[in-house]
Amino acid sequence: MSSPTARPATAAGPVAGAGAGREAGARPASGRRFGSRPPGGRSAAPRARRHLPSTPWLFAAPGLVIVCAFVLYPFVSTLVDSFTDRRALVAGHWVGLANFTEMLHDDAFWIGLRNSALYMVVVVPALVVLPLLLALLVHKKIPGIGFFRSAFYTPVVASIVVVGLIWVWMLDDRGLINSVLEAVGIGKVGFLSDQWLLLLSAMFVTVWKGLGYYMIIYLSALANVPRELHEAASVDGAGAFRRFLTVTVPAVRSTMVLVGALSSVAAFKVFSEVYVMAGPKGGPAGEDTTLVMLVERTGTGLTGRVGYASAISVVVFVITLGLMLLVLRADRKEDA
Amino acid sequence: MTTVDDRTAAAPRRKGPARGARRSRLTDEHGRRVAPWELVVRYLLLVAVLALTVGPFVWQLSTSLKGPTEDIFSTPPKFLPSHPTLHNYSRVSGTIPVWNYAFNSLKVAVANVVTNCLGAALAGYAIARLRYRGRRLLTLVFIVAMLVPVEGIVIAQFQTMRSLGLNNTLLGVVLPGCVGAMNILLMRNAFLHLPQEVDEAAIVDGANAWQRFTRIALPSVKGTLAVVAIFAFMGSWDDFLWPLIVLSDSSKFTLTIGLNYLHGTFADDQRLVAAGTIIAVVPLIVLFACLQRFFFRGVGEGAVKG
Repeated sequence: MSSPTARPATAAGPVAGAGAGREAGARPASGRRFGSRPPGGRSAAPRARRHLPSTPWLFAAPGLVIVCAFVLYPFVSTLVDSFTDRRALVAGHWVGLANFTEMLHDDAFWIGLRNSALYMVVVVPALVVLPLLLALLVHKKIPGIGFFRSAFYTPVVASIVVVGLIWVWMLDDRGLINSVLEAVGIGKVGFLSDQWLLLLSAMFVTVWKGLGYYMIIYLSALANVPRELHEAASVDGAGAFRRFLTVTVPAVRSTMVLVGALSSVAAFKVFSEVYVMAGPKGGPAGEDTTLVMLVERTGTGLTGRVGYASAISVVVFVITLGLMLLVLRADRKEDA
Repeated sequence: MTTVDDRTAAAPRRKGPARGARRSRLTDEHGRRVAPWELVVRYLLLVAVLALTVGPFVWQLSTSLKGPTEDIFSTPPKFLPSHPTLHNYSRVSGTIPVWNYAFNSLKVAVANVVTNCLGAALAGYAIARLRYRGRRLLTLVFIVAMLVPVEGIVIAQFQTMRSLGLNNTLLGVVLPGCVGAMNILLMRNAFLHLPQEVDEAAIVDGANAWQRFTRIALPSVKGTLAVVAIFAFMGSWDDFLWPLIVLSDSSKFTLTIGLNYLHGTFADDQRLVAAGTIIAVVPLIVLFACLQRFFFRGVGEGAVKG
């Protein structure tokens, strides 16, 4: 109808100019949008007119450049360096698997691997279960619940250094916890002096900081659990605990798997908590070093062994990737 | 244990006169009445968790306000400072240039917000709304980049920075995370949800890709953009590992690195460290208090789509 003549006018003139012109041109177009578009509109506005071939690449360019230069290139160069003896200021030579065989005899590596693995074993179950219980607690919309939800999220917002320092003071020999323990007659506990208690304290801090984050994830999952299931179960005489196991847990299981995957990858790569609480060396003799701390210590500085640090990084990659695949596969198996 | 039982039993009795009114008001989201005893148990648990999550912050604040003559190690502990003073805050700025560090953190965080919003929106638009050969490959590149663990590549990133001559600069702190792959994919998802018809209509009207992006797509994804902005700010303000590696000159420290240095050097001066941590955490708590709905949205979206 009138559209074939109207289109060139709007396309050529006002759009390229000011916004007001475009709006004036848009009004006659609105009737046409549903009328003549399928047969005439598409063929008359050919694909090439949507944008120039280079346009998408210009749009993507900033992100692509940054991601390639500072994520993908370092990733590839980590893989390559792991087979060399590169040092911070000295170009490396190909050494084959020497870095990896050295690792097998390196006590520091095994200590790091042990601590990172232990970290995961303790932290992940706590972060899968406790935030779910917390979400159940704040799920019901009783007065003031918004305040409690926000308050429980506060540790997530604070930086890990701040959180670490707060707990260093809480767990200090003369800090709040120990003076309470002393007041009730238990006596002082060396949370920050014993190597195992120190690691355990760092794990506690990780869980403490993560609670609110995973609570929110569970909260959105709980919103999708049909109320009828709970009602049917309670009609059948199931108590609260029983309903938790037979209704809530199956309904949020995929979220639990997700939380398990996220938290296990994060726990295995732990750095800041232990660095802040145990010091850069990971305790007096380095007994509390984690793998990422070892990477940082080995690879930085003027004499940093970039090659060896890269090899340890590769182990970190392989394990985190393996963990993710393992968790996702376990999920699929249960589905089948 | 006994106190809990006492209170659960006492609460409904104490509220005797208002009971009828309460009954009708206190219902859950499905309109079912919440039993009074259940309510009391819930609030007791909530207060207990509150003490555990917020208590340590309050204790730190209290410590930072205690003067030099007050005993901070007393048994039993004293929760309120008897003579609150800001003395420790002026001391901390005399010990380390804490306001410079805060300013450095602010510069890095603001730069991160701007670059992430712009870069992620542009790239997200390119992989969601434009059609061309290589789009799927481009999407795959960003997905792979998202899966690369940052902790595993920091050494190589540092080598890259050094070869660019950007180690020990704030620009070097900003660059690696300035357009996060995760944010690009978040923006892509937001753009994908916009109806195709609007785009078609704009094409018919002769709008080019840039105009469709700025005038139609971008205003429709403000919510996701806010999420990206907030998490970019928080992530960069709280970041520790990367600034620790890339910065060596103490005049360029960000707040987290400065705090760690303060703790390492003046570990015995608890009031001083407490004041420093409060300075670092207050801006984020304020930000969170003002914009919490975006924080919660971001966690949900990041979790489902990440």
